[in-house]
Amino acid sequence: MTWETVIGLEVHVQLATKSKLFSATSTAFGSEPNTQASAIDLAMPGTLPVANEEPFRYAIMFGLAIGAEIGKESVFERKNYFYPDLPKGYQTTQLAKPIVGAGEVEITLEDGSTKSIRIHHAHLEEDAGKSMHEDFHGMSGIDLNRAGTPLIEIVSEPDLRSAEEAVAFAKKLHSLVTSLGICDGEMSQGSMRFDVNISVHKPGTPFGTRTETKNLNSFKFMEEAIEMEVDRQIEELESGGVIDQETRLYDGDKRTAKTMRKKADENDYRYFPCPDLLPVVFDDAYVDAIKAAMPELPEARAARFKEEYQLSDYDADILSADAATSAYFEQLVKTSNDAKQSANWIMGELSAKLNAEEKSIKDSPVTAEQLGGVISRTQDGTISSKIAKQVFEALWDGKGTSADEIIESQGLKQVSDTGALEKMADEVIANSAKQVENYRNADPDKRPKMLGYFVGQIMKASKGQANPQAINKILIEKLNALL
Amino acid sequence: MDSSEIQKLANLAMIEIDDSQVSEVAARISDVLALVDQLQAADTDNVTPMAHPLDTVQRLRSDEVNEPNRREAFQAIAPESENGLYLVPKVIDAG
Amino acid sequence: MHRQSISELAQSLRDKKFSSVELTQHYLDRIKRIDPQLNSYVTVTEEIALAQAKIADERLASGDSNPLCGIPIAHKDIFCTEGVRTSCGSKMLDNFVPPYNATVVENYLDAGAVMLGKVNMDEFAMGSSNETSYYGPVKNPWDTRCVPGGSSGGSAASVAAMLAAGATATDTGGSIRQPASHCGLTGIKPTYGRASRYGMIAFASSLDQAGVLTRSAKDAAIMMNSLISFDQKDSTSVDVAKEDYLQNLETSVEGITIGVPKEYFGDGLKIETAALVQEAIDQYEKMGAKIKEISLPHSSLAVPAYYVIAPAECSANLSRFDGVRYGYRCENPKDLEDLYKRSRGEAFGEEVKRRILVGTYALSAGYFDAYYNKAQQVRRLIKQDFDEAFKDVDVIMGPTCTSPAFKFDSKGSDPVAMYLEDIYTIATNLAGLPGLSIPCGLVDNKPVGLQIIGPAFAEGKLLNIAHQFQLATDFHTLTAPDLD
Repeated sequence: MTWETVIGLEVHVQLATKSKLFSATSTAFGSEPNTQASAIDLAMPGTLPVANEEPFRYAIMFGLAIGAEIGKESVFERKNYFYPDLPKGYQTTQLAKPIVGAGEVEITLEDGSTKSIRIHHAHLEEDAGKSMHEDFHGMSGIDLNRAGTPLIEIVSEPDLRSAEEAVAFAKKLHSLVTSLGICDGEMSQGSMRFDVNISVHKPGTPFGTRTETKNLNSFKFMEEAIEMEVDRQIEELESGGVIDQETRLYDGDKRTAKTMRKKADENDYRYFPCPDLLPVVFDDAYVDAIKAAMPELPEARAARFKEEYQLSDYDADILSADAATSAYFEQLVKTSNDAKQSANWIMGELSAKLNAEEKSIKDSPVTAEQLGGVISRTQDGTISSKIAKQVFEALWDGKGTSADEIIESQGLKQVSDTGALEKMADEVIANSAKQVENYRNADPDKRPKMLGYFVGQIMKASKGQANPQAINKILIEKLNALL
Repeated sequence: MDSSEIQKLANLAMIEIDDSQVSEVAARISDVLALVDQLQAADTDNVTPMAHPLDTVQRLRSDEVNEPNRREAFQAIAPESENGLYLVPKVIDAG
Repeated sequence: MHRQSISELAQSLRDKKFSSVELTQHYLDRIKRIDPQLNSYVTVTEEIALAQAKIADERLASGDSNPLCGIPIAHKDIFCTEGVRTSCGSKMLDNFVPPYNATVVENYLDAGAVMLGKVNMDEFAMGSSNETSYYGPVKNPWDTRCVPGGSSGGSAASVAAMLAAGATATDTGGSIRQPASHCGLTGIKPTYGRASRYGMIAFASSLDQAGVLTRSAKDAAIMMNSLISFDQKDSTSVDVAKEDYLQNLETSVEGITIGVPKEYFGDGLKIETAALVQEAIDQYEKMGAKIKEISLPHSSLAVPAYYVIAPAECSANLSRFDGVRYGYRCENPKDLEDLYKRSRGEAFGEEVKRRILVGTYALSAGYFDAYYNKAQQVRRLIKQDFDEAFKDVDVIMGPTCTSPAFKFDSKGSDPVAMYLEDIYTIATNLAGLPGLSIPCGLVDNKPVGLQIIGPAFAEGKLLNIAHQFQLATDFHTLTAPDLD
């Protein structure tokens, strides 16, 4: 019998609030170290937490999206441990009474099948700061800008059976939280981070001992880490060894994993209710008001895309997955009036370029309005699809503010004027005696293929601006007249 | 409460206790635990723990930023800082 | 002029008998001369005091009506003061100069009060004798061989020796009322949530409450008017209407019902103390109050419950003192763990370490239910005892302490002997209720305190009842021997 993999995920989602969970300090990413660390964030003596309402609203939105019971009374507790990125010496989090109870998330796999993954609960907590390991005379530097940023930690049941399922689940959560607008989804900035619990067992026997690989911040790293850990566990068990319950670290750049600490060394966190904060209570009306104002979720959006824009299942799923892509797509359709072309551009040229430069669609240098202009000009024959790519590149590089401006300034307008094209065709024919001779002597079936040379010459002479259909028509007429 | 238990607690609480003082500390803590063990006699069946004297719910604030950057003032009282970062002996494990 | 009450000083300033600068200078001179015998001040802020006095004089000249304007007071060194070292009685914060003010400090600044300095206390407010301070013990002005009580020992000694007209203080298990009792003062701990805890260095967050120490109930009412405020920066600050504590001081006590718990007159109480407390209660009866014996059946469990809950909360509250962002850092730490362990091991005193360890134990895996949860269940039983009692009585009266101030080093090595000092005061902190202590006589020339406990938010009533007693008796006018 083969081994079965059992995976559970703990997902940390940074909430896109303006201020921190317990202080009125900005959560903006990328500021100078410790410039967004107030007296409260630094745990200065005598300072006290003041809870922000927005993270609760966001957490409730997530809870409603996964059909979970909302914790009408949630309680913050202190999780005690010492670490330099944790200024108070405890993390304020929720344990016994979380804001979001049990729920479910449906995932779709490559083969089109679906599976329901149970969520154990999701709780609100504060993020820690960051340790910089660059050398400061053998010391580490601590930046507490991130300390206190609100997180929801989503804890799944061990319902995932492969790396593929785990990644599909993680992507689904990404899609959900970005569609809800509660997280910016910027993986490279740590906006979503995954802890993966992995074990293997033979089906029909109890689950094996699990290990936890912490702090994975990309889908790719998560997939690699799971595959590597599953292989390690199977190898260990098949060679008669045992799996130790431990916490592991995966280094995505080096593609290596190592033990961080063994279960026996685990901290005793000494949770207890935080006496600086009282229970947070919401009534039904509060939750109902949030429910009434919920944004469109990915499934509903995919269905609407298929219906409204006649997209294929595949295109609709991809374009509806995250809120930023969906918004870009809909804006693009509005300006281009061509859903299919819009989909092709986003999934083709645009995403290739974004990936290459590690940019997210929100930060795309080419706006939906600009790209819409490119598509429109292709549609109306002003430019060819080849030139369209050139215009897109120019927009990307900031060489103009609109497709029209670039077409104009770079003289990229397609030549469809028959008089001008006939003149070019005459010149090419006059200068290509040998090719004309070959054409005339060729078998009629092979002639259309031989047309390519003449078209190429005209495109070259017109710097690509000649309308290919028009050239074809003119060339056939002129060459056939010479037969 | 023996010496090894005291050292375990001291590790959790990150407090250095000199070996020569451990037995004295253990004795005093045992005195305190003997006092608090009187609690065990109380009948607390079906009594809800009271974590807080205020029997009310949390007030929440609106999501606004109004804390200015005061790094200079805060780091003026830091034991060791450089380039805006607080310095500590090298942190080995992340997370 | 230091013998005048706050209300008298306020009148004298307005009558231009002296200026706030003169008054402040007078207090500063007294501190310089007398405090070396008492050690009540950790930091004297002479320049700031005189500058504030000057501003107060300007405010007085333009008709400021706040009775605290220009009055020199002292702050317990647990309240953060911007630009002024705030030590909390600990080596850990010996170098800590906060870049912010506690809300309580702000409130007194707004009132125009003058800060003479920061007064001594047990380290992190953990103690009942002021012997745990890094800055050495404070002596009781009534008998310098004795403790002033704690943890607000510096607040009490400075006011009793008339080195400040009044002082701020904090009370987690009796730290205002017990020193008030030992130093012959009026001391009030308001209802939990009444005074802001922002900028007040936390010992046990669900028990800590700021209050004041003064030489009379009327002075206390004046100080309370500025102390109490609703504060958005403290999530446990209660948003109830502010009241003028001077308003109802003159109301008669006739017809009120005073509950006297039989458990507060048990074995540990000294006969002489019991007699004075009984006489005070008899006085109230003479003034028209009804006396009713009541029972608070879980009283004996208050100290055990407290010594689980307070250490548990403090074990987490004091984790921020790690040598990274402020405060003491050990020399040449060899690694991160060494930095933590030695910084905390070297800078915390024995009692603080002991409580952190007890709290760590009570919260640790396997003990949480037996200790922490059990203590919080007992806490509810104690609260229910009070709820039950207040159905029949308006206030509760009894002794503040078992006996008058004791001599230094007299409690031996067992911390529990010291813990029992707060046997009558701790329950009110657990229940979050207001409590007050007023002097009711002397035993061996040392003051004894009468404790008055009220239902939540009844601090106005407590001050009224205390003031009525002080109109009829003169115990509060007795002062410590002149040390000048």
